[in-house]
Amino acid sequence: MRHVISILMENEAGALSRVAGLFSARGYNIESLTVAPTDDATLSRLTVVTRGSDEIVEQIVKQLNKLIDVVKVMDLSQYSHMEREMMFIKVGVEKNTACEAVKRLADIFRGNIIDVSDKTYTIELTGDRSKLDAFVNALKDYRIIEVVRSGSMGIARGEASLHI
Amino acid sequence: MELTGAEIFVECLKEEGVDTIFGYPGGAVLFLYDELYKQHDKINHILVRHEQGAVHAAEGYAKATNKPGVALVTSGPGATNAVTGIADAYLDSVPLVVFTGQVPRALIGNDAFQEVDIVGITRPCVKHNFLVTDVNDLATTIKKAFYIASTGRPGPVLVDIPKDITTARCEFHYPKEITMRSYNPTVKGNKRQVRRALDLMLEAKKPVLYTGGGVVLSGAAHQLTELAHELGFPITNTLMGLGGFPSMDKQFIGMLGMHGTYEANNAMHHADLVIAIGARFDDRVTGNIEKFCPYAKIIHVDIDPASISKNVKVDVPIVGDVKSVIIDMLEELRSRSERPDAAALAAWWQQIKEWQGADCLKYNQDVNAAIKAQFVVEKWWEVTNGDAYICSDVGQHQMWAAQYYKFSKPNRWINSGGLGTMGFGLPAAMGVQMAFPEETVACITGDGSIQMCIQELATCLQYHLPIKVISLNNGYLGMVRQWQEFFYQKRYAMSYMEALPDFVKLAEAYGHVGMRIEKVSDVEGALKEALALKDRLVFMDFITERENNVFPMVPAGAGQNEMILV
Ligand SMILES: Cc1cc2nc3c(=O)[nH]c(=O)nc-3n(C[C@H](O)[C@H](O)[C@H](O)COP(=O)(O)OP(=O)(O)OC[C@H]3O[C@@H](n4cnc5c(N)ncnc54)[C@H](O)[C@@H]3O)c2cc1C
Ligand SMILES: Cc1ncc(C[n+]2csc(CCOP(=O)(O)OP(=O)(O)O)c2C)c(N)n1
Ligand SMILES: [Mg+2]
Repeated sequence: MRHVISILMENEAGALSRVAGLFSARGYNIESLTVAPTDDATLSRLTVVTRGSDEIVEQIVKQLNKLIDVVKVMDLSQYSHMEREMMFIKVGVEKNTACEAVKRLADIFRGNIIDVSDKTYTIELTGDRSKLDAFVNALKDYRIIEVVRSGSMGIARGEASLHI
Repeated sequence: MELTGAEIFVECLKEEGVDTIFGYPGGAVLFLYDELYKQHDKINHILVRHEQGAVHAAEGYAKATNKPGVALVTSGPGATNAVTGIADAYLDSVPLVVFTGQVPRALIGNDAFQEVDIVGITRPCVKHNFLVTDVNDLATTIKKAFYIASTGRPGPVLVDIPKDITTARCEFHYPKEITMRSYNPTVKGNKRQVRRALDLMLEAKKPVLYTGGGVVLSGAAHQLTELAHELGFPITNTLMGLGGFPSMDKQFIGMLGMHGTYEANNAMHHADLVIAIGARFDDRVTGNIEKFCPYAKIIHVDIDPASISKNVKVDVPIVGDVKSVIIDMLEELRSRSERPDAAALAAWWQQIKEWQGADCLKYNQDVNAAIKAQFVVEKWWEVTNGDAYICSDVGQHQMWAAQYYKFSKPNRWINSGGLGTMGFGLPAAMGVQMAFPEETVACITGDGSIQMCIQELATCLQYHLPIKVISLNNGYLGMVRQWQEFFYQKRYAMSYMEALPDFVKLAEAYGHVGMRIEKVSDVEGALKEALALKDRLVFMDFITERENNVFPMVPAGAGQNEMILV
């Protein structure tokens, strides 16, 4: 099963490589991984999306907790939660028809065109993974130059939260 | 007062009560060594002959004392030479603090002379590691290192100190206590889980206590013995747990696992309740996991939540320190009126006695035949009254040491179980002898293993360490040869030790006493003679039966009850 695991860890050099190293050393799968500091500058929040049986995910959570730099771990998949991912996509719009069509698709998907040049549009789009997939798919008849995806981040709904 | 980093380093060691460290100097640690030189009356530094030896010696010291062992090595090759020992300590949960020198901060990342990213290299085999980037952090980092190494599930912690940090100055303040929001090991077991465990123990008809290294690490041998006696259950130890329960006790059914006894493995296989205490269901113990303990409910006490339900799904997990949990179990047991089912236990013991009847550790020592390694170990046990510290290398001799030296106390059996590091034995024995100068310390080794850290014989001379080296020389990498005999139709690929040195002359060249023993009738005399040479290292080279095998054996892929007996 796919699991979204949120991790609060010390914002210290090397902490990220401990997490990444754990996944590779123990043969756990990483679908995506995002990390950035939180409102508390001493803490980073990392979201990792992984797949595995219940036993494997239980081990992953335990092994993560065991890392000295890790303060708290939450398997969001056990909660009602929201997931978002951000994407930049740069599309070639040399043909006049392309300009209009790409703009229309961006509107339909509630994306923003954040940069234009004579030959390109760059669109920003946020959503869950399947929405981003669908948008990339919708643009497949155009010339996709670059796709940059942030990887998923997640948060629990309601009172449930991951904080110290 | 402002101190230099090097002075702070030594002050911190003193604050931690460190009296002995093992190390080897080099450019990056010159200031540290200079300070150790000035304060040599405070901290005893043992100069090894290879950094691997320093770390194994620190492990030996730690395993014998349950205090963290300390090693100090230089950057680059010094640090990489230490990696095997660090990995060894990681797998056997040995509390260790390893200090490595590093190139000055400004040069880090420049492929500077003797630079390696030792923090990166060791990341997967340490409990934690640090690169000190500010002299103001040095004292706190060292405090954390000792705290992390010795609490919870113990393990090695590495502290990498750039050379310029050792000359930088700052105010010295050693924190008395340390709390870390990200690290709070659970010591106390959950009361409700303890009660559930007791429920199962009192219902069980075929229970087995399966205890491991965690008992020794927790210093809980006494409590375990009490619990076992009150319950009357059979008890088996892992290789790492030997000594955690007295081997001569009638409830002891021997070691379990690949080379465990027939009775221990059968008891596990047929048990309806397995009480695992400070043991981690290693694959050498479980054999084929699909066939492991098919009828049993499992209780598992371990301080590391990640050890629980890692290999085997358990019914009652208890996260906590062995000693604390056993004390709670005893209290719970004493508060209840019920006692284990006596009739069922009697029938269970009857069954176990039958398995014991197979006498699986029996061997024949013909006086005129070649010496059997088992015989040497058994004689050594006799002449030392079972009271020596036994450090072992890795191979067949290690298994025979475990099977035939009947340990009655914890911390006396010191070997490399998880990593299985040949070369561990001699330096580990140095560490033990440093901790206990008056005790008898033996290194049981093989003709292959001893050559992996043989250089430490020089260290033993320098520090007058009267270790008794018992070489069970079979002229083979015996453990490898045994597998080749059983599973590769006797194709002995590279397991034959051609061109062995003359170990007697070698020992003498290093300034020690050497003996070669070839006759059965000379074994006991030689052992006694060696013991009598109280202040000398004696290297006893026993020329033993060449193609002797370790039995019983659970072949790879088999269930615990599918043993080869002879
Ligand atoms: C050639 C060879 C053959 C071997 N054959 C065998 C064999 O036949 N049988 C065998 O048993 N082993 C054998 N081994 C050893 C095996 O590889 C493992 O090292 C060993 O089985 C592990 O022992 P353990 O389960 O006691 O765990 P250890 O490695 O000793 O780990 C200790 C466990 O206790 C926990 N713990 C630590 N401190 C505490 C505390 N204070 N409170 C609570 N829990 C704590 C830890 O978290 C860990 O889970 C062999 C090794 C070699 C090299
Ligand atoms: C450093 C290292 N290299 C290789 C091995 C694999 N190995 C395990 S036992 C063994 C043979 C040990 O030979 P010896 O020390 O003579 O002991 P014996 O088995 O003959 O008693 C080998 C090569 C190991 N455990 N450690
Ligand atoms: Mg040999």
